Amino acid sequence: MVASAGIPMYDIPFLTVGGGIGSFVTVDYLRIYGVPTSQMRVISNIDHPWQTYEFLTRCSQIPRGERIRSDSSSRPDNLWGFPSYALEEAWKDKNPAYLWQLFTEPLLNDYWTPRAGTVFENLEREAKRINYWDMLVKGQVRMVRKRAGGGYFTVVTPPEGAAPTKRIIFRSRFVHIAVGYPGLKFLPDLQEFRTKYSDYQHVVNAYEPHEQVYEFLKTRPGTVVIRGGGIVASRVLQRLFDDRKKFGLQTQIIHIFRTFITGSHGPHLWSRRKGGDGWAYQGFNYPKSVWGGQLKAEMRKLEGAERAAKYKQMGGTNTPYRRHWQEQMRAGREGGYYHAVQGTVDRVERTEDGRLVSYVRSNDGIIREPVADYIIDCTGLEADISEHRIFADLLQHSGAYRNPVGRLEVERHFEVKGTANGDGALYASGSATLGGYFPGVDTFLGLQIAAQEIADDLARRGFVKKMGPLRSTAQWFKWAFNSPV
Amino acid sequence: MVPTLIGRIQTRLFLLATVGVVVTLLIMPIVPGVTAPLSELYVTGLLVLVAVGVLGIVWELIYHFLMQFRWEKDWPTMFGLLTLVPEGLLLYFLLRSGAVGFIDPIPAAAFWTHFTVVWVSMWLVANGPMRVPFIRWRFRGGRVL
Repeated sequence: MVASAGIPMYDIPFLTVGGGIGSFVTVDYLRIYGVPTSQMRVISNIDHPWQTYEFLTRCSQIPRGERIRSDSSSRPDNLWGFPSYALEEAWKDKNPAYLWQLFTEPLLNDYWTPRAGTVFENLEREAKRINYWDMLVKGQVRMVRKRAGGGYFTVVTPPEGAAPTKRIIFRSRFVHIAVGYPGLKFLPDLQEFRTKYSDYQHVVNAYEPHEQVYEFLKTRPGTVVIRGGGIVASRVLQRLFDDRKKFGLQTQIIHIFRTFITGSHGPHLWSRRKGGDGWAYQGFNYPKSVWGGQLKAEMRKLEGAERAAKYKQMGGTNTPYRRHWQEQMRAGREGGYYHAVQGTVDRVERTEDGRLVSYVRSNDGIIREPVADYIIDCTGLEADISEHRIFADLLQHSGAYRNPVGRLEVERHFEVKGTANGDGALYASGSATLGGYFPGVDTFLGLQIAAQEIADDLARRGFVKKMGPLRSTAQWFKWAFNSPV
Repeated sequence: MVPTLIGRIQTRLFLLATVGVVVTLLIMPIVPGVTAPLSELYVTGLLVLVAVGVLGIVWELIYHFLMQFRWEKDWPTMFGLLTLVPEGLLLYFLLRSGAVGFIDPIPAAAFWTHFTVVWVSMWLVANGPMRVPFIRWRFRGGRVL
């Protein structure tokens, strides 16, 4: 049918859709396991795997020289995680203090975390080494469908002029989907404001470009409302505090927490997280043991409601306790220019002089109506998976279904449940699979854990040979000397 | 590595049997303060490793219990090194008191040199190089099997 429609069709055994860091670490694993580039394609609308990540980190105030929130040994360019980023930066910067920080974290020091630039430069090196760009096909994936006779068809719209037809089709035994966050999501009251006033300049999401806020504040004293209690809020606050100091500004900051944490919190002595001044403190996105320790082992056994409860117990917005940030906030509270309050915002209106008034109701009944020049929504990227057309299609036509947390249900080896077809398999990794047997999915190390599970499953199915200690060591030396896999 | 209980125990025994044995073979000819022939020193050194393994199972139960008070259920790198102090002291006093009868008395300098070098080597290997041959080890809480 496809052939008779005149649509060109390509046979590729393994296809990964997305082309971000999730796709990259998966093909990196498979290349190192021994799959040649001719057997794999990456379908993507971006040119290099770190492109979207870099865009989002830059918007949320982490340019290349700043440090991201990620462990030293979580290296998407190096599946062994050795040498860790800290060793590499210590060597390159001739700075043994990094190693001391690594040794004393998180007890006497903050967690050591890598510079965004270190991550991107190494990804580029590894992408070249595995011939990533030989596998990249530019295009927009419309859908992935089961094929009669096993495997899957993937329908792609190539960029205009790149192909003779408007659509091309790939026929594959295995498809992997790693398309990242379905989209930006706004708080409802802020969305309402933006729609009502068609104002996209003064109410912004921290993941959108919003330099205009910082530029405006350099021209005259202003007030900013921050919404949210996560890492992005911390970053944006740091930028505001830094600018205040650097340019001698008089910016006032009102920080609204929906959930205001006042101290250690948790139901039991064995499950209590530190917190204070509104924030819940945690080194990384998840408690550290989700990537290999106790929580990973526990979650792997849980189903349905029990799993959802476990997610809830360890969940909640949080940010790392960093000494520098603590100092800045303390100075802000003492100097009377940083005000953190608990509250839910009913609505946001525009005042007569064009400023923004938030109607904030706090749990103790107090109503506040702070007026600001800008509102920065730092609450995250959590849109529903059905907002992404590929997932919507899979849920509707291919037997995929949702997990206890509402996202895509996957097996322990990241095969999308309900989508098996003949000898083929459909895998997914990344944020769409949060709520599964493995929690840390939308992190560097989590993507690598998924990639390893997928590579080992492909080995069970005979697509590639499982990598043992000898090949692993030999491949590590190739990585170290930057020679081709 | 963020361990589970079974992973802790397996990692300890595995590293003692590999890194521990190799380091013992290398270090014994040069430990200070001993007069016994090398073959006897080797026997003593290897028996010390066995004692570290056996006592270690109890120690790991204690560490695992203490870890439960940590929200992250992690075991910071520093703990992995500093636990050499209580473990070394306990073993040393057990040996001195004659409670472990099958190990010959060892001079303090020899015991501490051997014990510390073995411990630091194992700690270094566990914090990086171990991941090179064993890519699944860190994701399984330190399980080798």
